[in-house]
Amino acid sequence: MIALSDYLLFGAVLFMISLAGIFLNRKNLIIILMCIELLLLAVNTNLVAFSHYLNDVQGEIFVFFILTVAAAEAAIGLAILVLVFRHRKHITVDDLDQLKG
Amino acid sequence: MTFEVPNLAPALPEIVLLTLTSFLLIADTVWSKRCAHCTYWATQITLLVVGWLIVSSFTTQTVVTFDGSFVRDTLADVLKLFIVATSIGIFLFSREYLLQQRSYHGEFFVLGLYGVLGMFVMVSAYNLITLYLGLEIMSLALYAMIAMQRDSQKASEAAMKYFVLGALATGMMLYGMSMLYGATGTLELPKIAQVIASGHADQAVLAFSLVFIVIGLAFKLGAVPFHMWVPDVYHGAPTAMTLYLASAPKIAAFAMLYRLLWDGLQLALPDWQGMLIILSVLSLIVGTVIAVVQTNLKRLLAYSGISHMGFVLMGVAAGDAEGFAAAMFYIIIYAITSVAAFGMIIALARMGHEFDEIEDFKGLNQRNPWLAAMMLFIMFSMAGIPPFIGFWVKLAVIEAAVNAGLLWLAIVAVITAVIGAFYYLRVVKVMYFDTVEESKPAEPITRELGFAVSVVSGLLLILGLFPSWILDLCYRSLGVTVVG
Repeated sequence: MIALSDYLLFGAVLFMISLAGIFLNRKNLIIILMCIELLLLAVNTNLVAFSHYLNDVQGEIFVFFILTVAAAEAAIGLAILVLVFRHRKHITVDDLDQLKG
Repeated sequence: MTFEVPNLAPALPEIVLLTLTSFLLIADTVWSKRCAHCTYWATQITLLVVGWLIVSSFTTQTVVTFDGSFVRDTLADVLKLFIVATSIGIFLFSREYLLQQRSYHGEFFVLGLYGVLGMFVMVSAYNLITLYLGLEIMSLALYAMIAMQRDSQKASEAAMKYFVLGALATGMMLYGMSMLYGATGTLELPKIAQVIASGHADQAVLAFSLVFIVIGLAFKLGAVPFHMWVPDVYHGAPTAMTLYLASAPKIAAFAMLYRLLWDGLQLALPDWQGMLIILSVLSLIVGTVIAVVQTNLKRLLAYSGISHMGFVLMGVAAGDAEGFAAAMFYIIIYAITSVAAFGMIIALARMGHEFDEIEDFKGLNQRNPWLAAMMLFIMFSMAGIPPFIGFWVKLAVIEAAVNAGLLWLAIVAVITAVIGAFYYLRVVKVMYFDTVEESKPAEPITRELGFAVSVVSGLLLILGLFPSWILDLCYRSLGVTVVG
C-alpha cells in the first residue's frame, strides 16, 4: 500500500523540478514550456491522490479540466514560440532582453 | 440517477455573451472582406446587450446555481457592470489605434469578448474549478491578443514573457488549490469556509496552501516581488493591448481575491493577512521608487500600477468587509483611470510613432492646450490630488487600514503617495513648462477620439466631485452598513 504522503512527496518533487527548470534554464524556450506542463502534472498528481484518499470524486473532475486547459495553453505557447522564432531565428531565453528598465 | 437541469437564469448574461461571441467568431471570417467594421459594432452591441441584461435583472440577494459552482450576488453584478463599461471604452480606443497602426483584425474584438467572458466567470465563481476556468479563459485570450501584432519583435517578446509567467502563476495557484482540497476535502468555496469553521481542516496544510494561493494571486495582480512581468508586458505590448490589460482584468483579479480569501478562507485571516501586508508594503515602495527613473510613459504607468496594487492590497489586508469595499472602490477607479491614461497615449499615437515617451509630451500645452489639460486631470487623479477621484479612493483605503489598526502601513502609503506625486507632476511640468524646438503637431487621430478622451478624463473630475455613490455601491455590494 502506497501512503498518501508518498504521492504528495512525488508531486512536490515534480513541482520543484519544474520550478528549477523554469528559473535555471537559460538556453531553450521549449524547455520552459515543458516545465510548465510538468508543473500542471504535479498538481494533477496531488489532486488524484487526495481524491482517492478522501474518497471524493471532485478532485478527479478537476484533473480533467486541468488536462484540457493545459492542452489549449500549450497550443498558444507554441504559437507564440513560433512567432519569437520567426523574428529572431533562435529561441534562446537569455536573448529575450529587448524590454528592460 | 436523474438528470436535473440547473437553473440557468442567473448565468443568462454569460450564456448570451458566449453565444454572441461564438457567433461573431464565425461571422467575422465572412465579414472581414466586405464589412471591416461590422465586427467592431457587433462587439459594442454585444456588450450593451449584456450590460442591459445585468441591469434589468440586478439582484440584491445571493443566488447559487450549477450545483454550487456559480454565484450571482450584488458584488458580482456591480463588478460585471464595471467590466462591461470599461470594455466598451477599451474597444472604442483600440479600434482607432488598430486602424492607425494598420493591424486591424476582427479577431482582436472577438478575443477581447472571450476575455470579458472569462472575467465574468471569475467574478461569479463559487468553486475552485470555476475560478480556474474563468482565469484561464481570460488569460488565454490575453496571451493571444498581445501576440497579435505579428510584425513587432517587442510584442512577441512581451507575449512570451507574459505567457511563461502567467502560466507559472496559474500553476502555483493550482498547487495551492490542490493542497486546499486536501486540507478541507471539498472544492466549493462556502463548504471550504464551513470545514475551516468546524475545525476539521489540517492547519499546517491550510497555511501551506495559502502561501501558494497568495503567490498566484500576487502574480496576477502584479504585486512586488512577483511584478517582473508588468513593466515589460505593458511596454512591449501594442498600446491597445496594454489598455485592455491594465483595466478590466484588474477588476476580475480583485473578484478572484475576494472569492478566495473572503468567501472561502475568511477564517484563515491570520494566515493570509501578514503575507498581504508584506506584499502591499513592497509594492508601494518598489513601484513608487522605480517609477521615478522611468522615461517611457507606458513603463511609468506600469510601475505606478504596481504601487496602485499596493494600495488595493492594503485595503484587502485590513481584513474586514470595509477594507474589501475600499479596495473594490480603488480598483474600479484604477481601471477607469487606466482607460483614460492609455486612451490619451492612443489618441496621440501615429503610424510608426507611439507617443509613449515622456519626451513626446514636451510642450503639449503649446501644441494642444485642451489635451494637455485632460492629461493634467489624469495625472492629478493618479497622484491623488483633491478634488479628483484619485484622492477619494486613496482616502477610503487608508481609512480602512487605520480602522483595522494598521497605522504604520497607512503611514508608508502616505509617504509613497507623496513620492509618487513627484513623477506624475514631472509629466505635468514637461507638458506645461518645457518648450519643444520644432513644433510637432499633437492632434488626436480623430475628433471622436479626442472627445472620448475628454469624456473619460472629465469623468475623473466629476466622480471626484460626487464620490460617494460609487463608494456606497461598493459598501452595499459587500454588505457593509455605513455609519453616519
